[in-house]
Amino acid sequence: MSPVRKKRFYMVLLLIVGVSIATFLIVQAFSQNMMFFFSTSEVKQGKVPADRDFRLGGLVVEGSVKRDSKSLTVRFDLTDTLTTVPVEYTGILPDLFREGQGIISKGKLNAQGIFIAEEVLAKHDENYMPPEVADSLKKAAEQNSIKPTQTTTNEVNQEVSK
Amino acid sequence: MIPEIGHFSLIIGLAFAFVLATVPLFGNHHKHTALMQLAVPAAVGQFLFLALSFGCLLYSFTVDDFSVKYVADNSNTQLPMIFKVSATWGAHEGSLLLWAWILTGWALAVSLFSKTLPLSLQSKMLSVLGMVTIGFILFILLTSNPFERLLEIPQEGRSLNPLLQDIGLAIHPPVLYMGYVGMAVTFAFAIAVLLEGKFEMAWARWAKTWAIVAWAFLTLGISLGSWWAYYELGWGGWWFWDPVENASLLPWIIATALIHSLSITASRGSFQSWTLLLAILAFSLSLLGVFLVRSGVITSVHAFATDPTRGIYILVFLVVVVGASLSLYASHAHKVTQRKEFSLLSKDTLLLLNNVILVTMMATVLLGTLYPLILDALGVAKLSVGAPYFNSVMLPLTVPLALLMGLGFATHWREDSSKRLLSRLWLPAVASLLVAFLVPLLLLPDVSGLAILGLLMSSWIAFTALIWLLKENSTGLVKPNMQKFGSALAHIGFAVTLTGITITSIYSIEKDVRLEPGQSYQINEYQFKFIGVQQKQVDNYLASEGHIKVFIDDKLLTELYPQKRTYMSQVMPMTEAGIDAELSRDLFVALGEKLDETAWSVRIQYKPFIRWIWLGSILMAIGGVLTLFQRRKKVKPENANVAEVNA
Repeated sequence: MSPVRKKRFYMVLLLIVGVSIATFLIVQAFSQNMMFFFSTSEVKQGKVPADRDFRLGGLVVEGSVKRDSKSLTVRFDLTDTLTTVPVEYTGILPDLFREGQGIISKGKLNAQGIFIAEEVLAKHDENYMPPEVADSLKKAAEQNSIKPTQTTTNEVNQEVSK
Repeated sequence: MIPEIGHFSLIIGLAFAFVLATVPLFGNHHKHTALMQLAVPAAVGQFLFLALSFGCLLYSFTVDDFSVKYVADNSNTQLPMIFKVSATWGAHEGSLLLWAWILTGWALAVSLFSKTLPLSLQSKMLSVLGMVTIGFILFILLTSNPFERLLEIPQEGRSLNPLLQDIGLAIHPPVLYMGYVGMAVTFAFAIAVLLEGKFEMAWARWAKTWAIVAWAFLTLGISLGSWWAYYELGWGGWWFWDPVENASLLPWIIATALIHSLSITASRGSFQSWTLLLAILAFSLSLLGVFLVRSGVITSVHAFATDPTRGIYILVFLVVVVGASLSLYASHAHKVTQRKEFSLLSKDTLLLLNNVILVTMMATVLLGTLYPLILDALGVAKLSVGAPYFNSVMLPLTVPLALLMGLGFATHWREDSSKRLLSRLWLPAVASLLVAFLVPLLLLPDVSGLAILGLLMSSWIAFTALIWLLKENSTGLVKPNMQKFGSALAHIGFAVTLTGITITSIYSIEKDVRLEPGQSYQINEYQFKFIGVQQKQVDNYLASEGHIKVFIDDKLLTELYPQKRTYMSQVMPMTEAGIDAELSRDLFVALGEKLDETAWSVRIQYKPFIRWIWLGSILMAIGGVLTLFQRRKKVKPENANVAEVNA
């Protein structure tokens, strides 16, 4: 090979090796850190992974928020209007967290079926509904179109149309 | 009346933009000088009318004209004057108008400061800027008119989102937009060069100036946003890998690559097509940012109310801009490319490699940002990739980036020998190894491998930059070479930011605790004593104000007053942190909730070196701008050869 070609060959080789390593790292990191969203109904149907974090969304059930008197642990229920899942969280809840609000939390399901949240997210707008939650409420409302209270469905549709 | 004047000025501005976009190009085609020269008055015209339009909107805010829907939605009479002014760009419509006005401002600047370029190139550039302006003004007029009137005039406005009632908001968006929109100049330059069919080294020098100014604004804008999020969102994080943050980081990464690629083109006359591609990419990513924020495809603190037509408009605009410029690039780029030989070990190679790393970084951030959106849009799955993904990918990419940065400083253009390189590099290598091992051992609470790695990278960059500066700038401070001084400062700034990121990420302490009045909590040597909470009424909000005394060894260090605010006309409370800032650490306290009669939950944080993150970015921006103050010597032929060897 001529020196110029040799140089070019090394450059290309270096680039290919670099890009392959980078791609490998990225794909690796990506698949490890991908976090899926599930509704409370999907949790009850056993669709959620047992060993990794996922995001759970729903409405905070009215009257379900219970505080531990000694620590910062809070227990509450999340619902998509069909099924509820109990959630436990230790720490300070976001400003917007309150009963009836749509929230998303991040964490794992434990053996007792309690969702141990590491993080609770609520958006800074009292009218805001996370789109994932709106979507799961809508699905629940469709499945349950005979018995649920009409108002819930309307509210949900309103939220969705926003 | 005033809002209508604003609306009409916007339309007249559009007419000027049409003239700017077409007439000079037509003149170019027919080699008609007068028509080409028309670009300058057209650029002045669109700037003035958009200024008038923006002024009218600003005026409507200051006089509380609630007949204008946008004002009624985002302001009220109780709002302090400064926030009435900043509310002008506090939501979608107004911020777009600001964006368009800034765009015409850049076009005006180009028309005034491009005397060194040939008329044909200058007029083409301005025409391209005119086209981009048309796109944005039409977007405002068709989908987001800020001057829309209400039939029923409300007594009181709905007020500005409390999060945005802050000095950070008053300055963060305009500075950021200056950077975002500044990318349009290098984009227009790239298109004009492609149309022109040649790329002279002097033009690259011109373009580099503009790229650096825009980049400096972008740097400041991003770090202002980070700083604002840190103290205003209440929880002490400084970067969340939120899609909108990523949207500003993407063009920043590419702009960084562009500046370096431009400097190769300007001083070596090579890499032309790569430079042009980066210029196109940087602006495309700016537009992508607009799409992400304005279309409502993402949910974040930055996302404004959603309206599908807006998303579709920007998406179409994005596709047209990217499609047209890339096909022009594909068909014309070969005309401007020149090959210059360089050896494997040379500044050319190292800069190229770092460009590749930067583009890879951009691609990883882009993937993490867009992939969840695409899967969601296709209905496949709802997922998110959080901060761990970005962190775990960026770290291994930063290591070679830092290594090559240091090598780049010590290496000559075109060709260098490894022996000479070694003689120049042993000193910074030893110095940075010493810093990286001694600082964690002696000054930090424990020795962590990542801390050593982070400090090694940043001190390597800082020392190589310093030694390079000492060697190259032999005249010293009497007659400093601003180009080199600025460049070294910018890279040292990056090292400072890197140090801040490393130490904050590893040694921060964050505790949520339950505190009764009189109770204390200890973090390192700091004792936080909770005195109690008082109710307060301030301007347009009510506040529960906590009082916390911080002691070191029973000696009072400082008192912090974190607040929980409830704004009038809003239901939701807002957290306002109490912060004691020092160069080496921040003490950060935020009130959580009232737990019972007297106890509160309190978040206490110890954040070492967090100020370095923003300090470094300020140094980067200052350094970048300083390089522009280098007076060019009239180069004599014999000096030119010397310069080539030494540069």
